[in-house]
Amino acid sequence: MDVQEIIGLTAAQAIAAIERGDLDAVELFSAYRRRAEEDELGAFTWVAEHLPADMHADGPLRGVPLAVKDLFCTAGIPSQSGSKILEGYLPPYTATSVARLEHAGATIVGKTNQDEFAMGSSNENSAFGPVLNPWDRTRVPGGSSGGSAAAVAAGLAPWALGTDTGGSIRQPAALCGIVGLKPTYGTVSRYGMIAFASSLDQAGPLTRDVTDAALLYRHMVGTDPNDATAVGHPEEIRLPTAERLDGLRLGVPTELTSGEGLEPGVLAAFEATLETARGLGATIEECSLHSAPHALSAYYVIAPAEASSNLARFDGVRYGLRREADDLVSMYTGTRHDGFGAEVKRRILIGTYALSSGYYDAYYGRAQRVRTLIAREFASVFERCDLVVTPTSPGVAFELGAKTADPLAMYLNDSFTVPMSLAGIPAISIPCGLSEDLPVGFQLAGPAFSENRILDAAHALERAIGFDGSPARTRTGATS
Amino acid sequence: MLDRSEVLHVARLARLRLDDEEVDRMAGELSSILGHIAAIAALDLDDVPPTSHVVEVESALRADEPGPCLDRDVALAQAPAVQDGGFLVPSPQAG
Repeated sequence: MDVQEIIGLTAAQAIAAIERGDLDAVELFSAYRRRAEEDELGAFTWVAEHLPADMHADGPLRGVPLAVKDLFCTAGIPSQSGSKILEGYLPPYTATSVARLEHAGATIVGKTNQDEFAMGSSNENSAFGPVLNPWDRTRVPGGSSGGSAAAVAAGLAPWALGTDTGGSIRQPAALCGIVGLKPTYGTVSRYGMIAFASSLDQAGPLTRDVTDAALLYRHMVGTDPNDATAVGHPEEIRLPTAERLDGLRLGVPTELTSGEGLEPGVLAAFEATLETARGLGATIEECSLHSAPHALSAYYVIAPAEASSNLARFDGVRYGLRREADDLVSMYTGTRHDGFGAEVKRRILIGTYALSSGYYDAYYGRAQRVRTLIAREFASVFERCDLVVTPTSPGVAFELGAKTADPLAMYLNDSFTVPMSLAGIPAISIPCGLSEDLPVGFQLAGPAFSENRILDAAHALERAIGFDGSPARTRTGATS
Repeated sequence: MLDRSEVLHVARLARLRLDDEEVDRMAGELSSILGHIAAIAALDLDDVPPTSHVVEVESALRADEPGPCLDRDVALAQAPAVQDGGFLVPSPQAG
């Protein structure tokens, strides 16, 4: 097979080709390693120099290369979470989810760029530079898993790991025209993920198609003695086969699909996809998530509050950057001044403020009650509907720099993804069409642990939509 | 909503030094963000319990038996300064 044929394969197709003897795992790894090395999008922060000695090519994933978001700890490999404060940090251990995938036969080909500590929706908050969207290099890839999304969309990796706290897998997947799954909170261990907001953070796959998402996810789930919140999954994750949606009830929350700020082209692609779903046998009904308009407010209290606590560990003592000073507190404050970027400082300050004496009940306490309302409203909707569907993002990929001066405008990118995060429920984004020649994402969310249902529905829709993600790969594949 | 002195107070709580220019910018940006967040103050939430965690987790305690842990050398390998097998930091006393 030539390189274009090789990178044209999904991960599942590459595995099948290896098993048939048509493709060699080492050849596959070398092809992607070279492409990652020649990356012109800023998608990678580290690329493997050679094939690892302990490649598990006999595992079910057959040695297929995997790009891993920078914030996953990988033993002996730089794990910097997009931050200057962790520049060059080499962890002593590997995150459980990555270790599981390596054991199943995935081979790390590189670490991918991200917003610093996963705080951002455009990947412009990385200390290691922005990532360019392979569909249009003047635009952002979304964030915070922007490097993972761009790498998969551009064919620099067959698939990638990301993390989603308020939309950080789904939104970049939407903006780059690929598939991104945020699993049910707790199904994948968080051990070894450099923490942002612990009650929300969840690892998941970014892939070219729904089958690959199921395949990667099935090897990530499980309990973990090192993470008491990792509960595993009650079902075996199946590779989706559904081609129809007969009898499936899809709920369209009016609060999320009639609001201002939703671009007309995105709404048009969303509505066309509803028609496609209807054609496959689904019924579409309106439903209501009354508190959804307040989800963003609750999220931007809870996530920064948890972040301000989690990021206290970066103090110049045990790892990372240290700014020398004569006394301990000046060393702390100077190290954190020099090491954190503007968005991280903003969120630490919001979180510290929201948790401070006199404000705790007004902010953090109330935000947690809003969280309860949102979880209850989803539960109520799921009594009538099997899945809730929305556009993934209110707009297509925006131009680099367009929103950096207005943090609040940037936060509004997460309006459609944050409600599911607060409720801890699974949601997937699949590409459903183009607006202004840029990809639009369609989000399907279900009750906790309904990944099999979501993957089946997404698979049937994906077949019917027939989205062509290849223009992106072709454009950046010119160097091969 | 937040003035310079409040930003400096919160920054001190967070052990974060800010430049003068950063204090001014943060005061404006945080006020705008907190203004948006303030919408939740109007909701009637008296009868709604808070959610701190979405998944039912039972307390998982293992037997309290010593097991292997990181070697001291490995734990210290990434530290900016080390002395006598421990992390070296400046004195808590100024000057």
